[in-house]
Amino acid sequence: MFGGTGRAVQSRVAATGLSFTFYATLAVILMFLDQRGHWLDYARYGLSAAAYPVQLAVNSPSAAWHWLRGIAATRATLQQENSALRAENRALELRTLRIEALESENAKLRALAAALPDVAQKWLPAEVLNVELSTLRQRVVINKGASSGVFKGQAVLASGGLMGQVMRTGPWSSEVILITDPEHAVPVQVLRSGLRTIAVGQGNSGVMTLPYLPVNSDIKVDDLLVTSGLGGVFPAGYPVARVTDVGRDPGQPLAQVHAQPLAAIDRDREVSLVWFMPGHPAAPAPLEEVAPPPGLASAPQAVPTEPK
Amino acid sequence: MNARAVEPRAAMLFSSFVALIFQVVPLPAGLSIVRPAFLVIVVLYWSISAPRAGGLFFPFLCGLALDVFQGAVLGEHGLALVTVAFLAIRFHLLIRNKPLFEQALIAFAALAFYEFIVWCIDGFSGHTLNAGLRWLHPITGGLLWPVVSGVLARTHRPR
Repeated sequence: MFGGTGRAVQSRVAATGLSFTFYATLAVILMFLDQRGHWLDYARYGLSAAAYPVQLAVNSPSAAWHWLRGIAATRATLQQENSALRAENRALELRTLRIEALESENAKLRALAAALPDVAQKWLPAEVLNVELSTLRQRVVINKGASSGVFKGQAVLASGGLMGQVMRTGPWSSEVILITDPEHAVPVQVLRSGLRTIAVGQGNSGVMTLPYLPVNSDIKVDDLLVTSGLGGVFPAGYPVARVTDVGRDPGQPLAQVHAQPLAAIDRDREVSLVWFMPGHPAAPAPLEEVAPPPGLASAPQAVPTEPK
Repeated sequence: MNARAVEPRAAMLFSSFVALIFQVVPLPAGLSIVRPAFLVIVVLYWSISAPRAGGLFFPFLCGLALDVFQGAVLGEHGLALVTVAFLAIRFHLLIRNKPLFEQALIAFAALAFYEFIVWCIDGFSGHTLNAGLRWLHPITGGLLWPVVSGVLARTHRPR
């Protein structure tokens, strides 16, 4: 490496062909192991732990900005916010009273002895790190990982509705694939008509499509889409999106339906990780019944879209 | 060891670290589409101006870092970066003596080739390919080349 003579330079340059073959083969082997066998999950786990300090460093300016704004908030704005929150809390409380009545009524209708508890068993708030992953993919990093019990395939909710699912966990951070990612699909149900279909992301944080609906299907603008509980990841009944436009071209077999996600996907910094009660009627079906065995399961999405 | 043989390893490592941070800093959606591949440009520069400092091990390591940060298949960016760096090292004497304008064109071609390899691997591994916008960043990368090479040339003794 300190070769000053022409001969040394020659031999060095000649060696790069060999080392290129070596590194290229190494990369291909790595890709094969990572993609096919999932044998590198432990290596991934360690590497994401190594990446976490850098991600925190990148996140720190925006975190510092939020902290400063929190400090600089005046008494008046805090009081205003407090009263607004109190009013909202009262409204929610009133609605919960009603929900409890409805729940017991529903349980009676279903001829169940006791009212069913809520399907969500445990909540864990997490914060989105302000770190950009690949530009054309809708993914985020959150600051809770396997050390907090987060697992792959866990549902992530934001304040407005469904946000996505955990795709990869590290010790202190995890990667979340959003419902708007082009590789993600959510099994949904139209709340008004009970029509079941699949909502696919578009790579754009404001739009989802429903590509598998026939022209004559019963769907209208402003219909609410909720999770249908099929697919083994998300429980039934969580709001996902609202239909924004329905295009029916008589020459086409399928309708062009677009919907807008209800969760503020590009704005929400606070998300919630949810654990669901197994055995609850609204809980997602156990994975073993739906997906292939764990060794073969490769795609993290609820319904794998076919590779194009 | 004579002065000519000192390899700018510290500058190389530091500039790549800064480039990696530039690559993951969040930008508004419109800007992030045209965000140049900073780390690839920096690796390209060091492959051309100090080919013996990092060899191919350094590009491979940078590619793995990109894979981890962007959540790609492990080895995807590694393969693309090693291939581009290998070509750059092979022809470094040729490229080094070109005027800056032609160097920028070569950088554009190298970045497009890099994106082509990543695109192919995305296709093989079953990721969706419907984004035509991914071909924009080599253009901004080529435009940025004179700036990057101007800044990095000040960190070491150019040969």
